[in-house]
Amino acid sequence: MSESPVKPAPFTYHDPRSRAELHDLLACLENTKLLAGGQSLMPMLNMRIVAPDHLIDLNRMPGMAGIAVAENHIRIGAMTRQADLHDSAEIGNHLPIMVKALDHVGHFQTRSRGTIGGSCCHLDPAAELPALCALYDAEFDISGPNGARKVTARDWFQDYLQSALAENEVLDSIRLPLWPAGTTYGFSEYARRSGDFAIAGAGVLVAWQNADIIKRLAVVVFGVASQPIRLRAIERDLVGTRLDAEAIRAAADAAKRIEAMSDPYVSSDYRRRLAAVTVERALRAAVQRAEQLA
Amino acid sequence: MSDTRRITLRVNGKPHTADVETRVHLADFLRGSLGLTGTHLGCEHGVCGACTIIVDGRAVRSCLMLAVQADGAEIETVESLGAADALSPLQKAFSTHHALQCGFCTPGMLMSLEAFLRANPQPSEADIREAISGNICRCTGYQGIVEAALAAIAAREPTQ
Repeated sequence: MSESPVKPAPFTYHDPRSRAELHDLLACLENTKLLAGGQSLMPMLNMRIVAPDHLIDLNRMPGMAGIAVAENHIRIGAMTRQADLHDSAEIGNHLPIMVKALDHVGHFQTRSRGTIGGSCCHLDPAAELPALCALYDAEFDISGPNGARKVTARDWFQDYLQSALAENEVLDSIRLPLWPAGTTYGFSEYARRSGDFAIAGAGVLVAWQNADIIKRLAVVVFGVASQPIRLRAIERDLVGTRLDAEAIRAAADAAKRIEAMSDPYVSSDYRRRLAAVTVERALRAAVQRAEQLA
Repeated sequence: MSDTRRITLRVNGKPHTADVETRVHLADFLRGSLGLTGTHLGCEHGVCGACTIIVDGRAVRSCLMLAVQADGAEIETVESLGAADALSPLQKAFSTHHALQCGFCTPGMLMSLEAFLRANPQPSEADIREAISGNICRCTGYQGIVEAALAAIAAREPTQ
C-alpha cells in the first residue's frame, strides 16, 4: 500500500460513542477540537490554521441529531445535518424561514455533512443558522464534565468566531421558541456568488394583530458585524404601528447605523448599505406573506 | 508515532480494509491508498467541488471528511459510472454536449449531478444550475454542462 499524502498536522483521533466517554475526554485532554460536520473545521485543519493535539469526532455519538417539536418550542440536536433540516417537514411547518436560509448555506454537497451545532459553534459572522438563533432568542443546551447549563442567545455570541462554549464543553442541542400562528417572515441576503458567505443579510419575524398592525417584531442583520446584530430598539419602536414604507425605512436606517466590518474587498460603507437593503427586502417579504394570508 | 486506525469500507461496490493515518482525508485516501485517481483535488477547502463523491447516498466533499470517518461507509466515485468504452448516460451526454474541456472539474460535476438527479428526477434548468453552483469550471462557461444534464434527463426511459 502506498503512503497517502497528508494535509492536517498530526493529532490523536477520538470517536466517543457515549456522553460519559465524551465528557471524560473533555475533562482530561488539552488542546482539543470537536469535529461536527467538518465543513469549516476540515478546511482549517487542511490548511493548518488550527493544529489541535486531539480531535474529538462527534459523528459516532448517539442521540445528538434530531428535531423535536413541543407546544411552544422546537429542539434541534447539535449534530442535525443541514440537509436534514432543509428536508424536514417539521422545520418546513414551524420554521419556514430556516428552509429559506438553508438555501444559502453552502451548497447541497456541503449541507449533506454540515450541522447546525457546528455552524453555531464556529460562528462565522455571515453564517445564516447562528443568525436565526439570534433572531429567535434561542437557548443553547451545553454540557461538560462539570455538568449541564443553558446559555441564552444574548450570551452565546461573545465575539468574532467566539461562542460562550468553554474548552471542555459541548453543545448538545438548540431550543428555538415558536412564534404564534399567523407570524410571517422575510429573509434576504447578498453574496457575490451563490453559496458564498454573505456580505450582508437580514431575517425578520413579524407577529400581527388585526392583520396589519405589528404585535411583535424581530430583526437580525448578519455578515455586517463580528456577530449577528438584533435591531432591538427599532423592534420595540415599531410595535403597534403599521409596517408601511415609513416603518420599513426606519428599520433600514437602523441597519445603516451598525458598526460594520471592513476588509480589502468590502468596505464598511458598502456593508452598511447592503444591510439596509436586505432589511428592507426582508421586511417587504414579511408584509407580502401577511397579505397572502389575509 | 502516527495515529492510525483500521477501516473497512465499500468503494464502488468493492470491499476494502486498510490501515489509515487518522489525519488523512478521504480524497487523499481514495487517490493515494486505493489508486482511484478519478476523484480530483482542487482547493482542498470545500469550495471548488472537484472532489465531490457520493457517501451513503449523499454527495459530499471528500476533502472535508477524514478517511477514518468513512469506516463502514458505502462510497461511489466517478470510476463507478462507466468505462471508457461504455460511458454512463450522463457521461455520454457530457461528451456529446461539450460539457468538458480540460476535464479537471468533470468528476465532481458528474458525481454532483448523479446524486442530484437521483434525488430530483425531473429538475428544471434553474434547479440544475443551482445544483452545480458548488462546482467550479473554468473552461466551459457551464452552458454545455447544463445542456448535457438536460439531455441525460430527456434520454431516460420513462419510469413505469
